[in-house]
Amino acid sequence: MSLLTIRNLTVRFATSTGSFTAVDGIDARVDRGEVLAIVGESGSGKSVSMLAAMGLLPDTATITADEMTFDSQDLLRMTPRQRRQIIGRQITMIFQEPIASLNPSFTAGYQIEEVLRFNAGLSKRAARARALELFRQVGIPEPEEKLRAYPHQMSGGQCQRVMIAMAIATNPRLLIADEPTTALDVTIQKQILDLLMELQEQTGMALILITHDMGVVAETADRVQVQYKGKKMEEADVLSLFEAPKHPYTRALLSALPENATGDRLPTVGSFMEEAAK
Amino acid sequence: MSVVQGKNIIRDYHVPGSLTRRAKVVRAVKGISFSVDRGKTLAIVGESGSGKSTLARIIALIDPATGGELSIEGKPVDITKGLTREMRCKVQMVFQNPYGSLNPRQKIGDVLIEPLLLNTDTPAAERRDRAREMLVKVGLPAEHFNRYPHMFSGGQRQRIAIARALMLKPTLLVLDEPVSALDLSVQAQVLNLLADLQDEFNLAYVFISHDLSVVRYIADDVLVMHQGEAVEQGTREAVFADPQHPYTRELFAATPVTDIEAIRQRVARRQALRAAAG
Repeated sequence: MSLLTIRNLTVRFATSTGSFTAVDGIDARVDRGEVLAIVGESGSGKSVSMLAAMGLLPDTATITADEMTFDSQDLLRMTPRQRRQIIGRQITMIFQEPIASLNPSFTAGYQIEEVLRFNAGLSKRAARARALELFRQVGIPEPEEKLRAYPHQMSGGQCQRVMIAMAIATNPRLLIADEPTTALDVTIQKQILDLLMELQEQTGMALILITHDMGVVAETADRVQVQYKGKKMEEADVLSLFEAPKHPYTRALLSALPENATGDRLPTVGSFMEEAAK
Repeated sequence: MSVVQGKNIIRDYHVPGSLTRRAKVVRAVKGISFSVDRGKTLAIVGESGSGKSTLARIIALIDPATGGELSIEGKPVDITKGLTREMRCKVQMVFQNPYGSLNPRQKIGDVLIEPLLLNTDTPAAERRDRAREMLVKVGLPAEHFNRYPHMFSGGQRQRIAIARALMLKPTLLVLDEPVSALDLSVQAQVLNLLADLQDEFNLAYVFISHDLSVVRYIADDVLVMHQGEAVEQGTREAVFADPQHPYTRELFAATPVTDIEAIRQRVARRQALRAAAG
């Protein structure tokens, strides 16, 4: 059953040179307990569409949609107070730059306890105990000491674990991860993806993974949505997408992977899109 | 004949002490030997902190080595004793971030002319002609000569950075993660360009990367670095077919793959898990 439903979402930004359409009539749906990957290159509108659903876009953005609901509640016509009951509690988000996502002036422990006290309604003492428990759950080494550590005293991988701990602190029903491993080394990337998948399987939350990396998609997703220049190109379950990609753009992305190179030259997306235009 | 040869290259960094900390010496590169022939590519693979960029800067004659011998075309070089113009022209570098490596206030034409101005006695008219020719060679129209960096996309900027590196007709190009900041489709175009230029000018490449799929595509020889040491060194075929060192195997295991059979197995495992959960 559908948890988040978006129909015909359009996001326009007012710029000095006129209006710019970042998302152009996108549909998206994620079911309970499902892992959806949204794939695209920069400018494909993959992050903007999710930020629109979360209500996190600046005032310069004009958002229109036929439908945008979370668990049958209308996200478009909700009061800010009602929205705050959902965003940050039932839907949480982690971002690409883990070190930049944390406040450098406060300890990791302070920041996660803040989430627990204001969004999960725990007392100060209960929050401290639960923070420690969460740090253990996401595999932070020496959790007691790391509660007292500032972001600059931890590595990128550890900061991303702190972000994940904060994101699952309220037992959300949907976690949106926006390029969660792009800034990390490949061995750390593997650990973080394994952790996200493990948490997803334990808690049964839905997971939306925004990425440009087809390898990450192959190792995590149930269903995949491919976007290009603000439009949806293709949607399929992960196996059909890799086995028999329908849209030329998806085929282009897959064959541009150096690991799939045949011969000396890599095919480029441009040549595929010309073929599509014919 | 080898274009560049390193014997037992060592680099130490001195970390100054403070009131509470004793000064110490960090050995970032611990005795690495290598050689690259004309027209060949050596890929240096490793994670952040492995010392691969430090080694790249030594090979590019930017930083001095603390110990060991570096020779370019058979002649030993020691940049602490000064560099001849001729040597400076032989080795050029392309950096990772095309947004940071071009001066925003310098026109593209001037970016390309500057190496000639500083290192050669080429007359002004010829400098301009050669810069225009080089623009065309890297796939940009000569009319872009008077534009500024902000008017170009990331992939175009990386083409400009490559053009600048080639202005002095070097025999060796050191490329520090040249495609990791680029989108997949643009990455394919830049890799194709690098392959074409290598054929045309018979260039030797030292290609720094953390992406094994790119390395498999472009390298002739591979050197895997871990904590300042070369843990594995050999031809591409040998390293990819039968990695010897545990760290190399770990890197391979962590790299996400888009193998259909692996996806099929993962999907089946998730379905079984769901069925078990009811």
